[in-house]
Amino acid sequence: MRDRVAAVVGVAVVVALIVIFPLIVTDPAATSIGVFTLVFMVSASAWNIFSGYSGYLALGHAVFFGSGGYAVALAARDWHVTGGWAVFGLLPFGGLVAGLIAIPVGLVALRTRRHTFVVVTIAIFFIFQLAATNLGFTGGTSGILLPIAPFSAANFNQPFYYVAFGILIATVLVSIGVRRSRFGLQLLAIRDDEDRALGLGVKTRRLKLSAFVISAVPIGMVGGLYFYFVGQIFPQFAFDPLFDLSIALMAFLGGLGTITGPLLGAAVLESLQQYLTQTFSSSATYLIAYGVLFLAVILVLPRGVIPGIAELLERRRARSASGPGPAAERESQVAGVAGAAR
Amino acid sequence: MSFTELLQAIVDGILTGGVYALMAAGLTLIFGVMDLINIAQGAMVILGAYLSYVLSVHLGIGLLPGLIITIPVMFALGVAVEFCFMRRLRDRDRTQMSILVTYAVAIVIEGVLTAIFGVDFRQLQASYVNSSVHMLGFYLPDIYLIGFGLAVILLAVLYYGLYRTKFGRAVRASLQNRTAADLIGIDVNRVRTISVGIGVAVTAVGGMVFGATNSFNPNTGYDLISRLLAIVILGGMGSIGGAMAAAVFLLVINDVVAVAWSPTWAPLVYFAALVLVLSIRPQGLFGKSAARAQ
Repeated sequence: MRDRVAAVVGVAVVVALIVIFPLIVTDPAATSIGVFTLVFMVSASAWNIFSGYSGYLALGHAVFFGSGGYAVALAARDWHVTGGWAVFGLLPFGGLVAGLIAIPVGLVALRTRRHTFVVVTIAIFFIFQLAATNLGFTGGTSGILLPIAPFSAANFNQPFYYVAFGILIATVLVSIGVRRSRFGLQLLAIRDDEDRALGLGVKTRRLKLSAFVISAVPIGMVGGLYFYFVGQIFPQFAFDPLFDLSIALMAFLGGLGTITGPLLGAAVLESLQQYLTQTFSSSATYLIAYGVLFLAVILVLPRGVIPGIAELLERRRARSASGPGPAAERESQVAGVAGAAR
Repeated sequence: MSFTELLQAIVDGILTGGVYALMAAGLTLIFGVMDLINIAQGAMVILGAYLSYVLSVHLGIGLLPGLIITIPVMFALGVAVEFCFMRRLRDRDRTQMSILVTYAVAIVIEGVLTAIFGVDFRQLQASYVNSSVHMLGFYLPDIYLIGFGLAVILLAVLYYGLYRTKFGRAVRASLQNRTAADLIGIDVNRVRTISVGIGVAVTAVGGMVFGATNSFNPNTGYDLISRLLAIVILGGMGSIGGAMAAAVFLLVINDVVAVAWSPTWAPLVYFAALVLVLSIRPQGLFGKSAARAQ
């Protein structure tokens, strides 16, 4: 009971902090980092609904990010939507397009498993990138301009920030809903042993496809938001292999298959990444810093930050519970058991 | 498109396919022995190209003699990466974790190369880079012939090493069953380290030929790795023969489409062919269906 109260208070404090952040910090550089961070929190969380729960490592979700972005950009251009709140109304359309695209992509990619699946998602990603570059209606390499948002310069970032936060709340609620449902349990069963799950009557194919489509929709929506914020969309930016790997890394860093893990991973990594890009003007320094940090985290906490820290706390609790005398011995036992369990 | 153009495209595809086969063979060897996917293979090819570039431009050592230096350097890099990072991955999820670890290595390589050389495109130069031989009505660029020749020789050496030597037997044993190999006295860790070293060493040659036939910058590795992965998966992971066949198959398709339709759409057909084949045969052309069982 005390844990539950603590959790509710904790969530309330974090939500309140996110809500008041742009009201306290008015520096546009900081609030734009906030927008980018929220976009990636949505993306990592949505990606986790499919890849984290089912164990299928998809490295092609930039397809949905880019498709959502292009859907919103094209809709705004062809339906003559003027800048302002109306463009935010197109975001569900971006999500819908991403979800529709996810159906054939999922049908093809989910015929394969494990590393073959990873590579097929990468290949499909490149097909989309090439198509966006070469097809006529996407504007080719020069891309499409989105309507200019008419918000005042001082508070320009705030609408984007709060809309992204709204999408984030919806995504997290979906993630929690999936995780707690029978559907989520069946996805976890697929992750642990797909053939056995199939043998026990789990309709694996239908489930995997549903999760794949569900994970695509929020990414399509924030894709639209992202490119409206940036003001322009072109292929290299919309279909960026770094996006695929970044969201996977964020989820891994925080803890794959957990609800809070991808959120924490994205919050830490994306804000750090944006901060490093703003601090180091040279992309080389930024790349090296990012790569080294990434390596260090994987090697020190290979199971992700949240499970890793939970494990450390568990050990500490075991040590303090066992009294001062045989503590060291007890600890080594626990460590041994933890090691064996790996 | 005339018939001669078609034949020329097929010949070009076979010659470039040989070089891709060599780079992909390194990747598939690492996968076969370690169960690891080396995403950094593309970045390492580009690193190899830059090494050749430094040797030829700043030290006046030609591209071919330079290989005597670049091959051991890349071998050492492979050994270092295996020792520092790959070895630490735990058995469960190691394939997936390896993608992240080696991707981080690729980012670091890209960052270091950007810091030293900037993002300008470069190309390797030598007397044989722009000349060509006119044979049987085809124009065969010398560098393609040299690259193809080197690839064939090295693949032959690799094949001989794997199937006719004691070390090769140890590699294949570790590939089939780690525990059993351990039990009969094979130092599996050593075998793995050396295999990764060899798998990375071939990128020195691949990088030299790639750098002479394409312009490159530190970012080029990503395009390359996606192609190499496509080849390796299509051939069946862990199968060197499969990688060779798939490399030639995909590059012939690529070059024929480039001539027959348009060079901009050629890579799309390349990836579409991959997706199509894998939808029918998820284990690749020559792979065993082990990928499904696990």
